[in-house]
Amino acid sequence: MAEQENGNETFQGMESIEQEFRQMRGGFRRVSRKKSCALCRDKVDIIDFKDIKFLNAFIPERGKIMPRRISGNCAIHQRMLAEAIKRARTIAFLPFVTD
Amino acid sequence: MAKTRTYEVVVIVDRNSSEEDLAGFPASVAGIIEKQGGTITKSEDMGMRRLAYEIKHQTEGRYFLFEIDGSGQEIAELERRMRVSDAVVRYITVRVDEDRRRAAKFKAKRERKASRRNSGGGGRRNRNDDFNFAAAAATEEETVEA
Repeated sequence: MAEQENGNETFQGMESIEQEFRQMRGGFRRVSRKKSCALCRDKVDIIDFKDIKFLNAFIPERGKIMPRRISGNCAIHQRMLAEAIKRARTIAFLPFVTD
Repeated sequence: MAKTRTYEVVVIVDRNSSEEDLAGFPASVAGIIEKQGGTITKSEDMGMRRLAYEIKHQTEGRYFLFEIDGSGQEIAELERRMRVSDAVVRYITVRVDEDRRRAAKFKAKRERKASRRNSGGGGRRNRNDDFNFAAAAATEEETVEA
């Protein structure tokens, strides 16, 4: 920290990069909006791993499971969903990775 | 207390097996289960389906779905045989009785809450506010009919 307070020009350049990083991180934090759980609203009690039409809604193109901050699911439903997707993957209803 | 557990078993059978093996597969599963003392509640041939990824260098497989009631010993025996069999390429067993019971409980609780809200709240409202409305509606009807 003491070195950064030096009047050296290279150090000043590095400090501005750090500031940029800090701004970027602040921006990321504001990106995820508050969303209510769609599954709670539809009162889903069981998620069937065989129902791939339903599961496909939570799997973007790469085949990964959509994270909670994007899908807006509550913790309980996200866990049920993840478990169902993983089961569906083991019997080749859903892929692990798509290319 | 004899606990009956319910299981769902999905099996993928090698598509290159003979037709009689494929057609007779549910029957053989039924035989194994019932010999151990379980019951098959549902047996479904899901037919040939495209696999999401290659299994044993194949892109399609014959899917079977079974729903089995039992203690769990039948499942152990069934899985043992499937592991040995060359025809079965993949299977998954899921225990569903707990989940279904919990889901039914939530549903029942929700329905009870909804019915209580509809009848209990409505009754209270009738006593205080809607009483006048009912009376007014009755008098209105009389005049219209007349």
